[in-house]
Amino acid sequence: MNENELPATDKGSGEVGLKNSAMPSEEYAIELKGITKRFGEVVANDNVSMGVKKGEILALLGENGSGKTTLMNMISGIYYPDEGQIFIDGKEVRITSPRDALSLGIGMVHQHFKLVDVLTAVENVVLGLPGKLNLKEAEAKIREICDRYGFVVDPNKKVYDMNVSEKQTVEIVKVLYRGVNILILDEPTAVLTPQEAERLFRVMWRMRNDGKSLIIITHKMHEVKEISDRVVVLRKGQYIGEMNTEDSDIQEMTNMMVGRSVTLNIERKTPVNPMPRIEIEHLTILDEDGVPKIQDVSFTARSGEILGIAGISGCGQKELLEAIAGLQKIESGHIYYVEEDGTKTDLVNLSPLKIIQKGVALSFVPEDRLGMGLVGTMNIPDNMMLRSFRDGLLFTHRKEPRKLAETVVEDLSVVTPGMSVPVKNLSGGNVQKVLVGREIASNPKVLLTAYAVRGLDINSSYTIYDLINKQKEAGSAVIYVGEDLDVLLELSDRILVLCGGKVSGLVDGPGADKNEVGLMMMSVEGKEVEKRN
Amino acid sequence: MKKETKEPLFHIVKRKSMPLKKQWLVRGIAIAAAILVCAIVTVITTKMNPLSVFSAVFTGAFGSTRKVWVTLQDTSILLLISLALTPAFKMKFWNIGGEGQVLMGGLGAAACMIVLGDKIPDPLVVLLMIISSITLGAVWGVIPAIFKAKWNTNETLSTLMMNYIAIQIVAFFTIYWEVPKGSGKIGIINQNTNAGWLFEIGNKYLLTIMIAVLVTVSMFIYLKYTKHGYEIAVVGESEKTARYVGIRPGLVIIRTMLISGALCGLAGLLLVGSVHHTITTTITGGQGFTAVMVSWLAKFNPISMIFASLLIIFLSHGASEISTSCGLNQSFGDIITGIILFFIIGCEFFIEYQIIFSGKKKGGNEA
Repeated sequence: MNENELPATDKGSGEVGLKNSAMPSEEYAIELKGITKRFGEVVANDNVSMGVKKGEILALLGENGSGKTTLMNMISGIYYPDEGQIFIDGKEVRITSPRDALSLGIGMVHQHFKLVDVLTAVENVVLGLPGKLNLKEAEAKIREICDRYGFVVDPNKKVYDMNVSEKQTVEIVKVLYRGVNILILDEPTAVLTPQEAERLFRVMWRMRNDGKSLIIITHKMHEVKEISDRVVVLRKGQYIGEMNTEDSDIQEMTNMMVGRSVTLNIERKTPVNPMPRIEIEHLTILDEDGVPKIQDVSFTARSGEILGIAGISGCGQKELLEAIAGLQKIESGHIYYVEEDGTKTDLVNLSPLKIIQKGVALSFVPEDRLGMGLVGTMNIPDNMMLRSFRDGLLFTHRKEPRKLAETVVEDLSVVTPGMSVPVKNLSGGNVQKVLVGREIASNPKVLLTAYAVRGLDINSSYTIYDLINKQKEAGSAVIYVGEDLDVLLELSDRILVLCGGKVSGLVDGPGADKNEVGLMMMSVEGKEVEKRN
Repeated sequence: MKKETKEPLFHIVKRKSMPLKKQWLVRGIAIAAAILVCAIVTVITTKMNPLSVFSAVFTGAFGSTRKVWVTLQDTSILLLISLALTPAFKMKFWNIGGEGQVLMGGLGAAACMIVLGDKIPDPLVVLLMIISSITLGAVWGVIPAIFKAKWNTNETLSTLMMNYIAIQIVAFFTIYWEVPKGSGKIGIINQNTNAGWLFEIGNKYLLTIMIAVLVTVSMFIYLKYTKHGYEIAVVGESEKTARYVGIRPGLVIIRTMLISGALCGLAGLLLVGSVHHTITTTITGGQGFTAVMVSWLAKFNPISMIFASLLIIFLSHGASEISTSCGLNQSFGDIITGIILFFIIGCEFFIEYQIIFSGKKKGGNEA
């Protein structure tokens, strides 16, 4: 594979051509045979056999709960398989810890970065390595890795000064520094802007051309199509099949994943008689250190309309939604709730309970899904009760939540071994369905959703989009924060772009251009783009 | 295929859940194993017949009608304190201040008996005892809760330290009220008039037992079926979620610790007004801490707590019987108690987790 190694200076040009030039060799870098993993009665992986070739990008596809993460966790030493064998370069190996995995040249970049904020990039990279500490040498080696694959990172920058993309770069450099040949990336683009994702892809192709094997887990099908050489599909813990990306298309991959034919489009009906529902005026929010998270933001959300909020992570969308729900301390400004007859109430300084009683539902899905909104150790009916437990006089009513739970499980096809299972034991996507299902069940006047489909497979995602659309048709004002820009553009009637806590643009959904929005997401202060509104 | 790599001897996997029957089978095996080990230890260290030692343990707890009643009464007190701590534990508020809360409750009752006994009508004394002991227990519980709610201080430390303050306050009052002067003890309060002694139902043990039964049932319902119980569970699991649905965590913490402290105060009332009729700094006998273990051992289930506290009291009565009747010292009883608890608590690991040995895997389906 050495002939494919790139000169250090080559950047930018001809990358797409490179993608197709490297034909992977037939030799497997890592091969799994008959891997089975059970958790109690649940079979997470059932006799899975697959392999990744040297110099190949393999996309691992599957719905939520299909066992992708479990499988990858076994390769990276977090779990140990009940049955089956793992071969590296044709030799059988036992991987009992992440340390074993690293020494065999397997590295995983997790969705949530594991970096020490107060240390620099170099310090983070060498952290935990045996031998004498020589930062100079390490820095030189890091620069070499960066040049080789086209990373852009300052080795001496502190992690807390970095943006998400830079942090991810450090994570990848960290595993490459340890001489990794097999790299697993778990939803690497979830937090990136389109431009940053594009840059990551270029780096990935270079690694591939350098003879490394990459496994990528992602739910964004167009990315699978763009970046991978081959896809392997899992369904319900079983290996279903594989194909060369070139010979397939998104529809075929999705059908294989779901097990039946699905339609992939989001309909966007024209809003019917939109009326202002939430009016935000000059809202400013400071964080604990007095740094503004939201600065002088004003906008209107209307009934029967989906207002999308675009922005890179940390641009203030989380704080904005929390403020509307009454969970944030507000420095200045107003959040008016407009009733049907036009009377306005300022929600600032109202308690969350008062706001809920106004009909503002917050279906907020934070990074750790169970952190806010659900109680992990409780079962589904008890979680449904979170919204309705106040109905009783002294005792909680248990019948309605149970009924609601059954409806949600059926309507959203939640996969659960039973009603009495704690929700933390469900897979991420199913947890999400439970949360979104409950929030929508209250027929809210305002529906706030953040990352409603984070980590959800394509089929469940479309179920959720559908539900959100139904809320819109029913006259709710929907404020939608999402990380898949393609979907955001397809779903929203209007899109508010935030950048560093300020409004950097407001565009109409139909006809909005992805690149333009992507640029607004990173627009420099002061350069505000007001368009078509 | 050559196996160059070493296979791990075993790996540990968390179980999804174990059928109830099997759980009890595991616990049964654990108890049998504990008894076996106890027997071996007995033979090795004392050269006595283990059966005679075991029968001594049993005699200690259930040897006579009086012993049965005392065992039940002591179980009730321990159960009551465990139940008092449980709502706090469910909220993940680690109240290890049961000792101090019970002591303050006892002090409240004793104070009423000493200061007001024989001066005002007896029913009024009892009423004031109930009010003051429950109030003092609640106050002792709520102080750390307020600090936790307002400034997020660590409740483990503050409840623990409140214990020592309570002990010192009680020590002060035992000297202040000492009878006779110079003895450093209060002795039996109102021994002649029995003023402020809680009334008896049938015999002097039954009142305590009935209150414990009543509180057990109420606590079970409170935690499982009421709005308060639900709020406690939500706050314990995730304060963020609680805030998100409009529950005020600070309020729930304070309210729950009022209940927790009040129930500890009630236990103190029974200890002073019904069981001992006196107060000393050691009247609780460390049960404020033992109750922590009982509550955990029962996995915060009030019904299981009955059995857990009975087990602990049975063992401790048995242990003291061994030391007297078999001529062995108290340490031997502690060894036996230790072995049995080790097995009973240890077997929970096997209920939660599964150990898979490498030898017996692979179903022969190598692709």
